[in-house]
Amino acid sequence: MLKITDLHASIEGKEILKGLNLNVKAGEIHAIMGPNGAGKSTLANIIAGKEEYKVTKGKILLETEDIEELAPEERAHKGVFLSFQYPVEIPGVTVTNFMKTAINETRKAQGLEEMPAKDMLKKIREKSELLEIDRKFLSRSLNEGFSGGEKKRNEIFQMAMMEPKLAILDETDSGLDIDALRIVANGVNKLKSDNNAIIVITHYQRLLDYIVPDFVHVLYDGKIVKSGTKDLALELEEKGYDWIKEEINA
Amino acid sequence: MELKDKLVSSFLAFEDTVDVDSAVHDIRSQAIKTFEEKGFPTKKEEAWKYTSLNAVLKHDYSIFSKEEDNLEFKDIKKYFLHDLDTYKIVFIDGKYSSHLSETTHDKIDVCLMSSALTHEKYRSIIENYFNKIATEDGITSLNTAFSREGAYIYIPKNKLADKPIQIIHFSTGIESAQMLQPRNLIVVGENSHVQIIERHQSLTDNPVLTNSVTEIFADKRAVVDYYKIQNDNQNASLIDSTYIEQHTQSVASVHTFAFGGNITRNNLNFYQKGEGIDSILNGITIIEGKQHVDHNTLVHHKEPNCESHQDYKGIFDEKATGVFNGKIIVNKEAQKTNAFQSNNNILLSDKATINSKPQLEIFADDVKCSHGCTIGQLDDSALFYMRSRGIGEKEARALLMYAFANNVLSSVKIPQLKSRINKLISKKLGVNLGFDL
Repeated sequence: MLKITDLHASIEGKEILKGLNLNVKAGEIHAIMGPNGAGKSTLANIIAGKEEYKVTKGKILLETEDIEELAPEERAHKGVFLSFQYPVEIPGVTVTNFMKTAINETRKAQGLEEMPAKDMLKKIREKSELLEIDRKFLSRSLNEGFSGGEKKRNEIFQMAMMEPKLAILDETDSGLDIDALRIVANGVNKLKSDNNAIIVITHYQRLLDYIVPDFVHVLYDGKIVKSGTKDLALELEEKGYDWIKEEINA
Repeated sequence: MELKDKLVSSFLAFEDTVDVDSAVHDIRSQAIKTFEEKGFPTKKEEAWKYTSLNAVLKHDYSIFSKEEDNLEFKDIKKYFLHDLDTYKIVFIDGKYSSHLSETTHDKIDVCLMSSALTHEKYRSIIENYFNKIATEDGITSLNTAFSREGAYIYIPKNKLADKPIQIIHFSTGIESAQMLQPRNLIVVGENSHVQIIERHQSLTDNPVLTNSVTEIFADKRAVVDYYKIQNDNQNASLIDSTYIEQHTQSVASVHTFAFGGNITRNNLNFYQKGEGIDSILNGITIIEGKQHVDHNTLVHHKEPNCESHQDYKGIFDEKATGVFNGKIIVNKEAQKTNAFQSNNNILLSDKATINSKPQLEIFADDVKCSHGCTIGQLDDSALFYMRSRGIGEKEARALLMYAFANNVLSSVKIPQLKSRINKLISKKLGVNLGFDL
């Protein structure tokens, strides 16, 4: 699904990723953990196509296509979805209208007709129930005045609506209380299939109790320095990152 | 001959066409003297510092249209709000068009200034209200001197105008360059309501200069909603001076949608005479090319416990220039005034300019007054957010601009008008979002 080889990237001349490799297959869930400043959000933003980052070396393949030259919207049309760490407030555009526009723009790019209004409403109803989102919420301005938890839940609602091939969840657990975390995780698990893949970026093992990863990677200083199973997350939770830093620096 | 001299010497010819023995004509005669003395405003005047009329004044305008042109409704239908039942007062090249208009004298008067100025029936209203609040600056005096035609609307007390009123001025290009000077008088009695939509539309590439003056009186508890659509073509310039006097507990709002034209200057003046008054001044400006829009507002709070709310949004692309000059005066007696003003702007190009200047003159000590001005670009992180959801860059930018202007749009009370403004904006931005905000 996603194959990243020897990725180097910088912003404003500062190198953030320094030769990152990652191979995610359809049907898999990968967790990426690591200390602050390791480059986790940078990686997420680069995959989604944020133009401020410069890829200086390496390749990002989505399925077999090199996506480096693609605009963010083109990547979205091909099935890339980023759940933002800090979702942006868009006053004046309701959640429903935003989703209608996003879905129909994507369908247009894929050569499909606009989704009939009836189907759209049905889908919105189904997916909002999945995320236990109140209907009133959908007619509010996107993210405006939402609590941290509401913003994150709304991100996963958008993911459910867009049905991406590759979803990257950037610290989706931050700002969530335990009930909201369960709802969000349940939503993600329901969306999971053999045909899609999910990358979960998190600081804490907590989320991984609910969204169980097939692989856990440690990102440190712009590289993946250690990979393992979900037991690695437990070990990190217990021991922190210092032992890994020592291993590398040794 | 310079335009000023031409205008002054035309006054004699003008006098042959009107009743020179009327009280109104005494006002006109005084006004032409004032214009002769003061002339057109120049950039030396503080209020005109950022707007030059020089280029606009150099055309050889015809002052009275000699020819008459006729328009078929089907050809100009798009300039009307045609999906809504309204009264219509329509002018073609400054002359009233009865076949395009729909006026009334049933309970309320929606008719012509020329009738109101000549018929005995309207004399007391004209004597009490005509030229009572228009200022004596050069440009308004010029309009007063030549005042003869325009809209006359009189809503007696305790009446709701049963449908909105559209005032539309067309210019057809029958003259190689044309100057129009409509004069409107709108008197709204106690407890009465009216909604008015005004539009100036040139159908030609020939230069048009409109110098429009509107006086509005809102008596106690009256509600007046006035909407100005300024979406004219590249060779049409507009100086629009509106004066509003409000009495106790009246609510008056003016929305100005400035989407096009060569030079557009809005002088919008509110005078509060009573307590519990609310004045609302809202505007959306979206221009590009070399277009220029100048909003010059005044709210004069004279008595206690009143409010005013100003919200102007501007989006400027290419070499467009904008001006916002908002003056609030709070008299010593006007305690407990709440006066708010905000002017937010987005510059889409390095060559676009906005000059924003709040002027607060507050002489009372127990008031809440605030003003805020922002100038920025579109938010990159919001753009990336939307694009990452599959929304193309152009659409994402448009959506952000909509969002930026949305709170002004959402205060439009006529749904068909709101939908029309939405369409004008999406056409301007070159997108079809598939929904109304």
